[in-house]
Amino acid sequence: MLAAALMSGCAADPAAPAGAAASPAVSRQALQWLDRITWGADTASARELAALGQDRYLERQLHPLVASPDARPPAGAPPVAAPTRAAAVMQLEAQRRDADATTEDEPKKAARQRYQRALTRVANESASRSLLRDLHSPNQLQEQMTWFWFNHFNVFQYKRDLRAMVGDFEDTAIRPHALGRFRDLLLATMRHPAMLRYLDNEQNAVGRINENYARELMELHTLGVDGGYSQRDVQELARVLTGLGVNLTDRVPNVRATLKAQYVRDGLFEFNPTRHDFGDKELLGHVIRGRGLGEIEDVADLLSRQPATARFVSRKLAIYFVADDPPAALVERMAATFQGTDGDIAATLRTLFRSPELTASLGSKFKDPVHYVVSAVRVAYDGRTITNPAPMINWLNRLGAPLYGRLTPDGYPLTRAAWASAGQLAARFEIAKIIGSSNAGLFRIGADDPALPVETPQPGSSLYYEHAAHTLAPATEQALEAARSPQEWNTFLLASPEFMFR
Amino acid sequence: MNRRQLLKLGALPLATACGQLFALPRVPAKLLVVFLRGGYDATSLLVPVGSPFYYEARPNIAIPRPSADAGAALPLDADWGLHPSQRDTLLPLFAQGQAAFVPFCGTDDLTRSHFETQDGIELGQPLGGRRDFRSGFLNRLVGVLDGPRPIAFTDALPIVFRGDRDVPNMAMRSLGKSGVDRRQGEIIDAMYRRTALASQVTEGLGLREEVLQAMAPEMEAASRGAITTKGFELEAQRIATLLRDRFDIGFVDVGGWDTHVGQGGATGPLASRLDELGRGLAVIAREMGPRWSDTVVVVLSEFGRTFRENGNRGTDHGHGSVYWVLGGSVRGGRVAGDQVALTQANLFQNRDYPVQNEYRAVFAALLARMYGLDATRLDRVFPGVQAKDLGLV
Repeated sequence: MLAAALMSGCAADPAAPAGAAASPAVSRQALQWLDRITWGADTASARELAALGQDRYLERQLHPLVASPDARPPAGAPPVAAPTRAAAVMQLEAQRRDADATTEDEPKKAARQRYQRALTRVANESASRSLLRDLHSPNQLQEQMTWFWFNHFNVFQYKRDLRAMVGDFEDTAIRPHALGRFRDLLLATMRHPAMLRYLDNEQNAVGRINENYARELMELHTLGVDGGYSQRDVQELARVLTGLGVNLTDRVPNVRATLKAQYVRDGLFEFNPTRHDFGDKELLGHVIRGRGLGEIEDVADLLSRQPATARFVSRKLAIYFVADDPPAALVERMAATFQGTDGDIAATLRTLFRSPELTASLGSKFKDPVHYVVSAVRVAYDGRTITNPAPMINWLNRLGAPLYGRLTPDGYPLTRAAWASAGQLAARFEIAKIIGSSNAGLFRIGADDPALPVETPQPGSSLYYEHAAHTLAPATEQALEAARSPQEWNTFLLASPEFMFR
Repeated sequence: MNRRQLLKLGALPLATACGQLFALPRVPAKLLVVFLRGGYDATSLLVPVGSPFYYEARPNIAIPRPSADAGAALPLDADWGLHPSQRDTLLPLFAQGQAAFVPFCGTDDLTRSHFETQDGIELGQPLGGRRDFRSGFLNRLVGVLDGPRPIAFTDALPIVFRGDRDVPNMAMRSLGKSGVDRRQGEIIDAMYRRTALASQVTEGLGLREEVLQAMAPEMEAASRGAITTKGFELEAQRIATLLRDRFDIGFVDVGGWDTHVGQGGATGPLASRLDELGRGLAVIAREMGPRWSDTVVVVLSEFGRTFRENGNRGTDHGHGSVYWVLGGSVRGGRVAGDQVALTQANLFQNRDYPVQNEYRAVFAALLARMYGLDATRLDRVFPGVQAKDLGLV
C-alpha cells in the first residue's frame, strides 16, 4: 500500500519524532468510546484506558484526581498567563475611564485603541489557555464539559468589556462545577459579573425591571422553552434578580443604614440592596420570601429541582454526546438520575456513558467545529506539546464557532444539521490542508518567536490511523493512495468522511 | 466566460421557446431575505410620528417629529416618519417608490423568545402543530420553482434553508484564499461520493472556487490599496455581486439588535446599526444594476420591542414588527397593510405592537406575485396559508 510506504518515508525523516510508541492494546470500539469521552483519542488516553479498563477510566474522568493543569503546564510548555481576576478587570476599567476622559482627539483615539487591544489580548490569552487544556489536560471530560456548560450559559466576549471576564467566567464559574452539582453551577453563573453584564441584569432594579436575564435563565439555562413557565413567572424572577450587578470600582454605593448589612461585594460581583425588590414573589407557584440576596439560592434550588430542568439538561447532554435526536429512553434514565441525585452532573453522565445507546451510536456523531479542530491537532501532533494555539483560534473563527464568540445566549448548535453544510465542509478541507502540511506556528513560543522549520506532522504514524486503517472506506483508501506527498496524505486523512465523525 | 454564464445567458430565450418549462414557474426574479436577529426596534426605524402616545411612552429615546433638525424623523406621511440615519439610503429608495414598509407584521407566536420565534419564522409552518425542524420555507420555495440557485450568506446553514433541496452556504465577511487545489478537490470529492454528505461537499468545493473567482476583481482592487468598505456594507457588496451574476435566492442575517439598555435615539448604538444596515441595502440596490428591476429584498426580524421604553432607556421583547420590502419593481413609497392607531388602548397586551399582517400571509402573496405561484404551490411553501395580498410588486 502506497500509504504505508509514505508513512515509513515520514518515519525515516530525522526531524520527525521517533516512530509511535508501541500501541496500547485497545479495541477499535474502545477507541471510538474514547473519541466521545475525550476531545479525540490519542496515544496517552488510549494507554490510560488500556491500563485502567473502561469502568475505572470513566470514574477517573468523572472525578478527576488532579486539578486541571493551570498551575501545572504540560512538560515543555511555557507557563500560561494566570487567569485574569478582579483587580486586572478593574485596572482595565480605569484605563477605559482615562481614555474617555482624554479631551484631545488624537490622544483619545490612541488611548481607546490601547484599551481595546488590551481587552483583546486578555481574551486571546483566555482562549489559548482553554485550548491548551482541551489538547493536553488529562481531565478530558471535564474540559469537554467546560466547553459544553460555557455554551449552555453562553456569554459573548464582544459585549462591552466581557473580553476581560470570559476567562474568569470559565475558570471560576464553569470548570470547578462542570462535573459537580447543577445547582452550584447555576448559582455560580448567577453571581458572575460576565453573566450579569451580558444579560443586562446589572440594569435590573426595583421599579425599573429588565427581564432579559430572567427569561433566558428559564428558557435556556434550566426549564427549556416548553418548561411550563409564563410571562408572569419571567417578571417575578426578574424581581428576584433585582440588585444583582457588577461593580468595577473601589467605591461602595450609598446604602440606607437599615439595609447596610445586606450589601454584598465579592470581587466584581455586587448585591446592592437599595436596588432590590424586597417584596415576596411567586415563581412557578412557589412563594419566594423577599429577603435579599438569599432569594437566588431559593430560586437555584427551585429551578434545578424541576422535572423540566432534569429533562431539558439531560436531553442536551445526550445531544452533545450521543445523537442529534437522542433516544427518549436514554433521556428518561438520565433525567431520573439527575433528579434522584439532586442534579449530580457526574452521576448523570455515568448513566449516559454506560448506556447501550451510547455504544450503539459510536462513530456516528458529526463533529462540531471545536471537536473537529481539537481532534485534528491531537491526531496530527499526538504526544507533542502545542505551545501556541493561536492558529486554532483562527480556524475556529473560520468555521463559525469562535471561542466566546457566540453573539446570542442560546450558544452554538450541537447538531449535524447546523454544521454539515457546504461552506463548513469546504472550510474544513482547507484547514485539514493547513494542519496536514505544516506546523502552522503551533509550536511557536511567544508572538515574536520565528516559526520553527516546517516539519510534517505524523497522523499516519498515529494511533488513529493504526486503528482506523482497516475500517476506512475504500474511497478513502483510494484517496490516500493517490496522495503525492506525506503532506497531502495527511490532508486527505483529516479531510476524510471518517474524520468528520466521532 | 465559463459554461455556467453561457447557460445563464441562454436560459431566458430557451425557456420561452420550450413549452414544457412553463410547467414550473420560471425564475426571473431575484429574492434576498435579510433577517435582523435579536428583534430590532421597529418603532425607531418607522417612527409613529403621528402618535402623541409614542412621545409619552418614550420620553428619553423617541425620535423627534419631522423638522429642520438633523436628528428629527424624516417625514413619510401624516402617521409615519423614518429614522434620520436613513436620509441618504432608505429615504431615496422610498421616494423613488422602491421601498415599502409593512408595520404590524410578524407571527402569532407569543413566547417572546428570540430563538423560538426566529425558528418559527424560518420554518414557516403553521403554529400549534409539531414542528419539522428539517424544513424551512425558503427551501420549500426552491422546491416549487424551476431550478433557482439558492445560497445562504452565512457560516452555518440557517433553518430557513434546511430541507430536501441542497442549499450551499458561505459567509461573505472574510474570504480567505482557497488552499485546496482543483486536483485535491476532486480527490476529496471522490471520498464523499457514496456518503450522505456527497452533495454538500461537491457544492462546497465548487462554490468556494466560484465565489473566489467572482470576487477576484474586488480583491485585486483591495490589494492595490483601493478604499475598501467594512462591516455589512462590504458583505452587501459581495452579496449583490453574487446575486446579480450567479444566484437567485439568498439569505443573510444581521445581528446586534437586542437593545435592552441605552439604545439611543437619533444617534447612539441602534442608530449606528440602522445606518450600517441602510448603507448596505443601498449598496445592493446600486450594485444589482439592471437586475434591480426584478429583485426583491425583504427585511424582517423575529418580533418588535416594547412600545414603552424600559427603565434603562432601552426596550424589551415585544410582538409586532415592521417588515421592509425593497426592489426596483416594488410598489413602494408607501406604508402597506392593515394598521391601527398607536394609542395605549390599541397596544397588544398593553405593551407591544399587535400583529395585523401575519408574515406567512404577506410573504405568500408576495411570492405568488413574484413567481406566479398557484395555490397548490403556495400551500407547499406555507402549508395552510391564506395569502394576504398587499400588492407589494
